[in-house]
Amino acid sequence: METILSIKNLSKNYGLVQAVKNVSLEIQKGNVYGILGPNGSGKSTTLGIVLNVVNKTSGEYSWFGGTMQTHDALKKVGAIIERPNFYPYMTAQENLELVCKIKNINYSKVTEKLTLVGLIDRKDSKFRTFSLGMKQRLAIASALLNDPEILILDEPTNGLDPQGIHQIRDIIKHIASQGTTILLASHLLDEVEKVCSHVLILRKGEILYSGSVDSVSANQGFFELQAEDNTALKASLQRHSAIEKITEDNGKLLVYLKEPLEAVTLNRYLFERNIALCHLVKRKVSLEEQFLELTNSQSSIINHQSKIIKE
Amino acid sequence: MKRLIAIELQKIWKNKASRVLMLSYFILLSFIALIASIKFNIGNFQLHIAEQGIFNFPYIWHFNTYIASILKFFLAIVIVSMMANEYSYGTLKQNLIDGMSKREFIESKFLTVVLFALASTVFVFLMSLILGFSFSSYTEVGIVFSDMEYLIAYFVKLTGFFSFCLFLGILVKRSAFALGFLLVWNILEGIASGILHFKIFPNGSTASYITQFFPLEAMSNLIVEPFTRLSIIKTIGTQIGMENTKDYGVHWYGILIVLAWVVIFMLMSYKLLKKRDL
Repeated sequence: METILSIKNLSKNYGLVQAVKNVSLEIQKGNVYGILGPNGSGKSTTLGIVLNVVNKTSGEYSWFGGTMQTHDALKKVGAIIERPNFYPYMTAQENLELVCKIKNINYSKVTEKLTLVGLIDRKDSKFRTFSLGMKQRLAIASALLNDPEILILDEPTNGLDPQGIHQIRDIIKHIASQGTTILLASHLLDEVEKVCSHVLILRKGEILYSGSVDSVSANQGFFELQAEDNTALKASLQRHSAIEKITEDNGKLLVYLKEPLEAVTLNRYLFERNIALCHLVKRKVSLEEQFLELTNSQSSIINHQSKIIKE
Repeated sequence: MKRLIAIELQKIWKNKASRVLMLSYFILLSFIALIASIKFNIGNFQLHIAEQGIFNFPYIWHFNTYIASILKFFLAIVIVSMMANEYSYGTLKQNLIDGMSKREFIESKFLTVVLFALASTVFVFLMSLILGFSFSSYTEVGIVFSDMEYLIAYFVKLTGFFSFCLFLGILVKRSAFALGFLLVWNILEGIASGILHFKIFPNGSTASYITQFFPLEAMSNLIVEPFTRLSIIKTIGTQIGMENTKDYGVHWYGILIVLAWVVIFMLMSYKLLKKRDL
């Protein structure tokens, strides 16, 4: 597989604050990557470094196997960082033509990309008259101008209304379906879950998890159960071999599994023991729950460690 | 190079404020010609400025370049704001992300500076030529095209000044503050030169020797004021017993000092841009 971007032991310090700690990753052609992390976890800094706008403190990165200089490589990359940056006094079309000049390509794609993001009717309006959603769509059009090898999106739906979020998401899905490699940084988990195949979880500048989205939530899932007599239900469940642990939440039992178990089988098992359920749902652990668990468990370890140090 | 200039010209020309400033600059420049129509009536005696020799070749090169350089502030505003805007719009970041290198970015700005200086020089050249042929007492080719070093000095002076403005734009990132800084710098140079002249080296020429290296001083030294060189004023001076031994020429070392500043400003701009996180 072709490597588009490889990052090795990248670090960045802002004074005493370490924004990125020893991050390494490889971006392969054709995948859709998500970088997850709370605000201030170093997502934008990492992207800023590989995009030539932030200076690294240590470490290395190389584009397309290191065969070209960063600024030339960036001509084959489409990127949007946080908020759309254009010249407010130019029209949509003029702004895109300027990007064409910078990327050293001809204007032939301008109309096509404006149509793709649904801005062709407004091509002669000044950028400053645009709504945030339109600005963000123009930014996507601009990032796609050169049919990039990789599209980097940093919080593309930040500050948009639900309709705007939906539009951007549709555009991203459409682009992903054409086989373009995408790197999407976000703190919105369902966004990443919906479009990404690989995920990278950052916290305080460190990588907590790196792998495919499916394997983050690749456990057996869990059941939400409720019966008239929850105590009896709990007692019978504890005798079942496939069950790892049971917790209670709002009068419902959350039953975590250690091996596969079908809803039908469980229902029959309980019915045989004279327990009739009034609520039965089998769920997979969402990325959100998994993410919170990962970031929380890490912080509890850190709290624990600091306690030890204090003692 | 064509690509970099095309990028920069689009950025400037599409901006209404810059466009208005540039147009008014060139319109005001051409108003130098209006000096020709100034006439004083002193009793029965009529004094026509244009006939006092200010538009005589080759003196006109000196006079016009001096007057024209006063107007350079119009273009300075355009240059400072073209740089400061890149910061405030966030487009500097976007340009780099789109694949411009930091070096190319500075190059494109510097090329614009040179282009502005060149356009202004060509404009002044053509205007002086027209004015000269209309009013000069001598129109022999040999005289018309003598003293052309004033045009070279004018070009270098503008390039130096605009480079300084560009550097300030990058350093300060806000157009109003950058122009304020320019003013403050001017005052600081004045104070430093005052201290050198009157306190540290009250006698001799050591003070002037040092101050000629100050950037703004070096630029203004390139073209010395032309008024006392005018024949009628010289005549008056001699009559009241003032000996005028002033040197009005353009000196190669003056040009060299300003060119050195241009290089320093551009290198510092590049270093600054390279070091900063955006």
